[in-house]
Amino acid sequence: MFSTRNFNRSKPVLFILILFPSLLWAYQFVTGNLGVNPIEKLMDELGLMALRLIIITLMITTLSNIKPLKSIVVLRRMIGLFAFYYVCLHFSTYIVLDHFLDMQFIIQDIIKRPFITFGFISFLFLIPLASTSTNNMIKRLGFKLWKKIHYLIYPVAILACMHFYVLVRADKTEPVIYMGIIILLLLHRIFKRLTRPQLAQ
Amino acid sequence: MKILGSEITPYKTYLNRRKFIKGSLASTMLATVTSSAFANHDSDLSIYTKNLNENDKLNSYEEITTYNNFYEFGTHKKHPHLNSGNFKPRPWTIKIDGLVKKPQTFDLEKILSNVTIEDRVYRLRCVEAWSMVIPWQGFQLSELIKMAEPLSSAKYVQFVTVFRPEEMPGQQKRTIIWPYREGLRMDEAMNPLTILATGLYGHEMPNQNGAPIRLVVPWKYGFKSIKSIVEIRFLDTQPETSWETLAPWEYGFYANVNPNVNHPRWSQGTERRIGEFKRRETLMFNGYEEEVAHLYKDLDLTKFY
Repeated sequence: MFSTRNFNRSKPVLFILILFPSLLWAYQFVTGNLGVNPIEKLMDELGLMALRLIIITLMITTLSNIKPLKSIVVLRRMIGLFAFYYVCLHFSTYIVLDHFLDMQFIIQDIIKRPFITFGFISFLFLIPLASTSTNNMIKRLGFKLWKKIHYLIYPVAILACMHFYVLVRADKTEPVIYMGIIILLLLHRIFKRLTRPQLAQ
Repeated sequence: MKILGSEITPYKTYLNRRKFIKGSLASTMLATVTSSAFANHDSDLSIYTKNLNENDKLNSYEEITTYNNFYEFGTHKKHPHLNSGNFKPRPWTIKIDGLVKKPQTFDLEKILSNVTIEDRVYRLRCVEAWSMVIPWQGFQLSELIKMAEPLSSAKYVQFVTVFRPEEMPGQQKRTIIWPYREGLRMDEAMNPLTILATGLYGHEMPNQNGAPIRLVVPWKYGFKSIKSIVEIRFLDTQPETSWETLAPWEYGFYANVNPNVNHPRWSQGTERRIGEFKRRETLMFNGYEEEVAHLYKDLDLTKFY
């Protein structure tokens, strides 16, 4: 049931499912159905979607350790690239719609406001990940180096989560839950690393 | 402040909208209307147009009542609109205590029978860098202060919001230390711009906007304008306020709108007026510099933000 082939077959459906919210929000934005403060709403939705997708890619790696779910890892690249897609939309909403390409203001904002700094660095770290996501790139870089580059997903996830945490004014439950999940997934990886040599014996 | 002919809100539009809102309200939920809470619209129009800047336009009733920060009903902007249905704003009393001649509890109806309700159109600037223009109905806080008869030793006024977790679901969670508290210096409280509002767009204050009575201090960030007030205390020392207690490095006691003093999360130099696409420049004291700048002439506003 959880064969590689089945996971591959689910990809087109998954593709549409993950793409759909962005199309819906764009449509709602253009038709004026995104509430009273549509730019803020669009930015929040896109950012939250990106963060959730980043966390899902981390979960996929962990889930693939469970034998019957091993093949789920074939979905990781697509979801990771979608995370990048949503981050790009989130960032361009901030640059174009929120600040109307006022670069002087935006640079000040990125430097002065920690939550924007976190978000911006997280975005920068995602760029090498997205641009090395083809099979060809894995071959050219070699799997070891490629894997090292892709460890960047941890600072990406943590910074994205901090970006969200600092933004929330009072009820921090949601960012705390996300941070908790990220830490658990990280701990699992560390645990795996530490126990691996013993298994080899 | 300049007043051009063009900047005066068309009175007819205002009244028509008012009728429409009242009409639709009456037909949908048979709202009971207390006439004393409304302004006398035959009075001088300049009462509510004189503070409207030439670039300002009223925000719609929908905008004002569906996009609110009122954490007592939840932390999302639409929560107050969605979660405030069970709140009962009547009967209502306000307790007056602290440094006053005689501590007492006023019935809201009694207060309303002793004051003149007038129209005030004010800009509201949220610390989150968005803003609106709202036609309030209310009376000057100074009128209530006179009724309260504070002692000469009273230098500050503290306000407390009602605590009713069964009617205000947001209070069931400790996002803020409840009840919400705010405060003003006595001269700020006595300033003619400072009002206690009991209505907006000509009908009773909606629950999500702070029914039945709330403070409006237009030259300060919105969080100073405390909602659903049940207690007013007169003090000789600066009172603790909710947001300042929660994050003193972000929110000060004064919280005057000031484009030159930055907030760690939001640049205060610009703002998004709800309903507009491009950001606009934030004005010093939210554009009420002429009326209030003198209150702070001896104060370092970068230190006392």
